[in-house]
Amino acid sequence: MPTLARLTRGLPALAVAALFALPASAAEIRIGLQEDPDILDPHEARTFVGRIVFNALCDKLIDTNEKLEFVPRLATSWTVSDEGKTLTFKLRAGVKFHDGTPFDAAAVKANMERAKDLKTSRRKSEIASIASVEVVDPLTVAFKLSKPDAPLLAQLSDRAGMMLSPASFDKPVGPKPICSGPYTFVERVQNDRIVLERFADHWEKDKYHFDKVTFRTIPDSTVRLANLRSGQLDMLERLAASDVKSAKGDKSLKVDSVVGLGYQGISVNINNGARADTPLGKDKRVRQALSLSIDREALTQVVFEGLFEPTGQPFPSTSPYYDKSFPAPKRDVAKAKALLKEAGVEKFSFEMQVANSPVDQQVAQVIQAMASEAGIDIKLRSSEFATMLKSQTAGDFQATRVGWSGRVDPDGNLHQFVTTGGGINDTKYSNPAVDKELNASRVVYETAARKAHFDAAGKILREDLPIIYLYLPAWIWASSAKLDGFVPNPDGMIRLANVKLK
Amino acid sequence: MWSLILRRLLVAIPTIFLVMVFVFILQRMLPGDPLLVMAGEERDPAVLEELRKLYGFDRSVPVQFLYWLREIASGNFGSSLRTGAPVTELIGQTLPVTIQLAVASLIIALLIGIPTGVLAAVKKGTWLDYVANAISLSGLSIPNFWLGIILILFVSVNLRWLPASGFVSVFDDPAEAFRTTIMPAFVLGSGLAATLMRHTRSAMLEVLRLDYVRTARAKGLLEPAVVLKHALRNALVPIVTLSTLLFGQLLAGAVLTEQVFTIPGFGKLIVDAVFNRDYGVVQGVVLCTAIAFILMNLVADVLYIVINPRLRTA
Repeated sequence: MPTLARLTRGLPALAVAALFALPASAAEIRIGLQEDPDILDPHEARTFVGRIVFNALCDKLIDTNEKLEFVPRLATSWTVSDEGKTLTFKLRAGVKFHDGTPFDAAAVKANMERAKDLKTSRRKSEIASIASVEVVDPLTVAFKLSKPDAPLLAQLSDRAGMMLSPASFDKPVGPKPICSGPYTFVERVQNDRIVLERFADHWEKDKYHFDKVTFRTIPDSTVRLANLRSGQLDMLERLAASDVKSAKGDKSLKVDSVVGLGYQGISVNINNGARADTPLGKDKRVRQALSLSIDREALTQVVFEGLFEPTGQPFPSTSPYYDKSFPAPKRDVAKAKALLKEAGVEKFSFEMQVANSPVDQQVAQVIQAMASEAGIDIKLRSSEFATMLKSQTAGDFQATRVGWSGRVDPDGNLHQFVTTGGGINDTKYSNPAVDKELNASRVVYETAARKAHFDAAGKILREDLPIIYLYLPAWIWASSAKLDGFVPNPDGMIRLANVKLK
Repeated sequence: MWSLILRRLLVAIPTIFLVMVFVFILQRMLPGDPLLVMAGEERDPAVLEELRKLYGFDRSVPVQFLYWLREIASGNFGSSLRTGAPVTELIGQTLPVTIQLAVASLIIALLIGIPTGVLAAVKKGTWLDYVANAISLSGLSIPNFWLGIILILFVSVNLRWLPASGFVSVFDDPAEAFRTTIMPAFVLGSGLAATLMRHTRSAMLEVLRLDYVRTARAKGLLEPAVVLKHALRNALVPIVTLSTLLFGQLLAGAVLTEQVFTIPGFGKLIVDAVFNRDYGVVQGVVLCTAIAFILMNLVADVLYIVINPRLRTA
């Protein structure tokens, strides 16, 4: 057995060598991810962590900055015309893909068509309004829309707007993606690492300071932090809230955080099959009582060290669409009891699905304790996430403790959850007035006009409460204290422009 | 000996087929839908339906099984639903990792387990026996993941002696390989050493009572020669069986340790695949594990013959 022989023969020498830890070269950054990204094809990809990798690997037409404003990337400017049905982009000149293919309007057209036509594309619904793409000249491209579509720009600031080299389309893209981003793909070991290296011909190469970027998958947050502390990582995403205190106390580390775009809440089965037939599903007063029984402030303090933001609406307070007239609801047990009495169910019980992670369990138990003081008995059913999702879509639930990772455009946080027939409307809530407002918000582009529609829908939803919003999670990054230039963005991404290790 | 190997291989075929049937059915009995898990937040029902057709999940389970059999027969082990990577490539990436870890763990286990076992048997009833027993008991009862985390915090975070995670192949860089493998191998090996020590002890006690050992002593052999040459050799037969079984177990059973030390191994591959309902990967990996187990058992049988000449005629 050669392995065995080689392993044992060198033992004493190796033991000595083992005492000297080798530092990583300064031109490399190693980032710890909580999950393993899925397929590395922006048209097929689905995971949050995948988007973090894409931000280093691929350029998009436009991007969003930390104030959630759109900023130019591959597109230098854009205009809406033809009553909102034409979206014209001026493109950056001199951009090359990693394989040397030049980036131009024809490449944009090819990418949008692939995103629409590829059998396994997950971008179809995001860009459904694009009827055709016209090459006006090599650096101008016009998207012809079937109807005005305000959320489209936000979609194009994410995976739907990422540009792959059209020359790579005839082979599977996932195993070796060829984009135009600051870093090129080197290798991937599933469940372990993704390695990228500097793209020498990038149009903005002066802003990127690492020769090599390694993303490592380390699911356990304690272990992820231990790896940062022992020097195997330079940065990690999603530090557990419970570890923030100890990380902040460590001088060799740095912690950044920002309230994200997503929310966590309780979805109630309103009309999805037989199990909707509960006081909770049938009577909005009961749902209001449940909402009033929960002390959101205390919940975020107890479980998340006060880093998460209590809320009663699906948009973060940093969003221009946040309704300032409706701050996070305060707890009011007396009012909750009165509402239950009015509804004729002074004491009742329902079952709430919970994912079986420790944090989710803890949140659920806090809610359970708070609700019991208002006379609401919550039975917790914890299950593995896959199982929970299945029963949620199938209507096999009364209420479910679930959330949403959030989208830049407010539409992505609301429309598909509460409109009639919405793609992920698991509660099967349906209210024509809400449908009308939210559909109307899609066809106007001006923020003020859109906000009026969201406010109107929000007002009805706060009464009806198909989803009881609880808190907005914050993204928490920990890094070596030597890391400099990282800008936390509410979308939770890691953008490496101007990031250095001192 | 060759006919024995051939016979064993023929018997393996129906076993492997049964394993395939079981893994296929059990997997589909699990609640949860692979496409829904894959889709995550982006679960547009229309897209899901299309994908269901594309991957053949709209067909009945027996039909799906036949399709799988056909694919296996043509050498195609399928691919990951999640990342599109071929199962054979995934196994090719992870199996050598786990084998290196398993070999290292087994070496550590044997180095600790057999000497302490022999010692405990020879010094039965003395304090040495009790100490060995106490060590083995704690080795058995300390959970792997806990020991792993403690070691990481102590050795990697506080002392900064060894990397907290990662994997380097012994063929790429033996020094780095040693640094990354030693901690997880120790964690796994310490548990196995306990099992090995207890078995070695009882096997040795058995053998030391036998007549031929008394004869050996009577003809004036030195005690070390009696114990190590005559007694241990016979006692080793059950130990070899156990070691091969333990090795097989290590291939898929190192999950927690792999998780803690973030080693991209076989165990982690299969557990992640189960949680993601990545049917193709689970099936492919289980099939490989079954084949590996059968081969390991065969190796054990061959080793018996090498160790114990009396079996050669059988």
